[in-house]
Amino acid sequence: MRPRLARLLLALIAVLSAGPARAAEPLVADLSSHLVAITTGFVGTDVLLFGAIDGDGDVVVVVRGPQRPDTMRRKARAGGIWINSGSAQVDNAPAFYRVAATRPLDQVASATTLERHQIGLEHLTLDIRAKDAEADPAEYRKALLRLKQRQGLYGDKVQDIGMLSQRLFRTDVHFPANVPVGTYMVEVYLIAGGLVISAQTTPLVVSKVGLGADLYDFAHQQAAAYGIIAIALAAAAGWLAAVAFKKA
Amino acid sequence: MQIYLPIAEMSVNVFLILGLGGGVGFMSGLFGVGGGFLMTPLLIFLGIPPAVAVGTEANQIVASSVSGVLAHWRRGNVDIKMGLMLTSGGFVGSTLGVFLFRWLRGLGQIDLVISLCYIVFLGVVGSLMLVESIQALRTSRKQAAGGPVVKRKLHQHTWIHGLPFKMRFRRSKLYISALLPMGIGLLVGILAAIMGVGGGFIMVPAMIYLLGMPTAVVVGTSLFQIIFVTANATFLQSTMNHTVDVVLALLLLLGGVIGAQIGARFGARLKGEQLRSLLAIMVLIVCAKLLFDMVSVPAELFAAGTGGKH
Repeated sequence: MRPRLARLLLALIAVLSAGPARAAEPLVADLSSHLVAITTGFVGTDVLLFGAIDGDGDVVVVVRGPQRPDTMRRKARAGGIWINSGSAQVDNAPAFYRVAATRPLDQVASATTLERHQIGLEHLTLDIRAKDAEADPAEYRKALLRLKQRQGLYGDKVQDIGMLSQRLFRTDVHFPANVPVGTYMVEVYLIAGGLVISAQTTPLVVSKVGLGADLYDFAHQQAAAYGIIAIALAAAAGWLAAVAFKKA
Repeated sequence: MQIYLPIAEMSVNVFLILGLGGGVGFMSGLFGVGGGFLMTPLLIFLGIPPAVAVGTEANQIVASSVSGVLAHWRRGNVDIKMGLMLTSGGFVGSTLGVFLFRWLRGLGQIDLVISLCYIVFLGVVGSLMLVESIQALRTSRKQAAGGPVVKRKLHQHTWIHGLPFKMRFRRSKLYISALLPMGIGLLVGILAAIMGVGGGFIMVPAMIYLLGMPTAVVVGTSLFQIIFVTANATFLQSTMNHTVDVVLALLLLLGGVIGAQIGARFGARLKGEQLRSLLAIMVLIVCAKLLFDMVSVPAELFAAGTGGKH
């Protein structure tokens, strides 16, 4: 991946220095890969985000996973045991969320700006409808962020973006082994004087590939056949084992 | 070496899963039990979603019961007629169980029900087995000392024998109502589907104490019916809940098959009562661990991703 990155950076520099026609673009960014392939041996991966800016400003990168409706539950003690007592429906929490910036977010832009673009965990708009007499949506929100951070799906802090000669920037986006599949959005903002000057959004697809993907699709699309094959495989394996060990 | 499980949607260490299969297989070979009651909680402790653990374990038990029943079949220790009666009840029961599972999952109470079922059944079966095996150990000591031997009747006559649809079961030397094995099959089928077990640890005592079957045919017949009940559960979990992970199942049974053979060889060296008391203690340990988890203050009160709309 590294030699490829060097080539990409060189190409970028060449393009940027080619002439004034291109220099008008204040922000250019791309990913080292637009596909995170979950193969059988997948243990997580890093995707490199790189680009260049023209002029002064801070770069902020937000990676958002697909939104999936989810139900959260809260345990409470009842009759000596802990059981699920309250629940909340969350419809728009991104499955994955990470922010990287050249400087701390509060120095880059005002809360209003960050709020408008939903930059930073505290500015993430979450629609939480709690069906719980003893816990309010704010508690569910805190719990959701905590759980997602523990799973490595939400960043604990704003990651640093490295700058080279005030023009080139790069940062690694880490995707852990349990990363949910779907279409992700990588948003790159150029912020100067507290205002978003330029922004660019690049899609990134996280997808299962190979045998695992085929099995998953088969299990969901041809569930009956999958079930029968699973039973047949198990029965055959059991029979084989009995025969093999009888002779031994 | 890590492997990505396509249905569980997580990455696990291959050797950990093989070792787990081997360890539980060893126990099942040693004690002559299915091992589902150990495997399902262990998979959940590892972080496998409970629904996937239950569905996949049903699939794995198909393999271990086929493997186990063949030896009993050769010795003629399978009462097919009784097995079919149990299976007919078990089919209905496991179907109901899978529907119940889906309904409870929607309510967010499936984990609670799984844990409660485990605590109640492991607690009862474990205590009974422990008491019985200790008594047996004492009796065998008394016998060695020349004490009197109390002979137990094969079975007593109760209201159970007044039920209609009587049927003759030659291999079990019984003439009882067909409703009885069907009813037992039904109840164990429900539990098997919810708990992700074969249900042998409930079925075997039920066959001995409720039906009065001779011990020789009990294990073979129980395994025989478990094959069909878990096959039904596997099919339904695959089609309704999509929670059977064949990659996980294959890894588990690979380790399990080898472990079971080693365990069986070890088991041949130990006495029946000793084995049963050891098994009882292990069952009670799993039960105590689950009970502790239920009453102690959890580290995290909130949970996400429980039965959301997919």
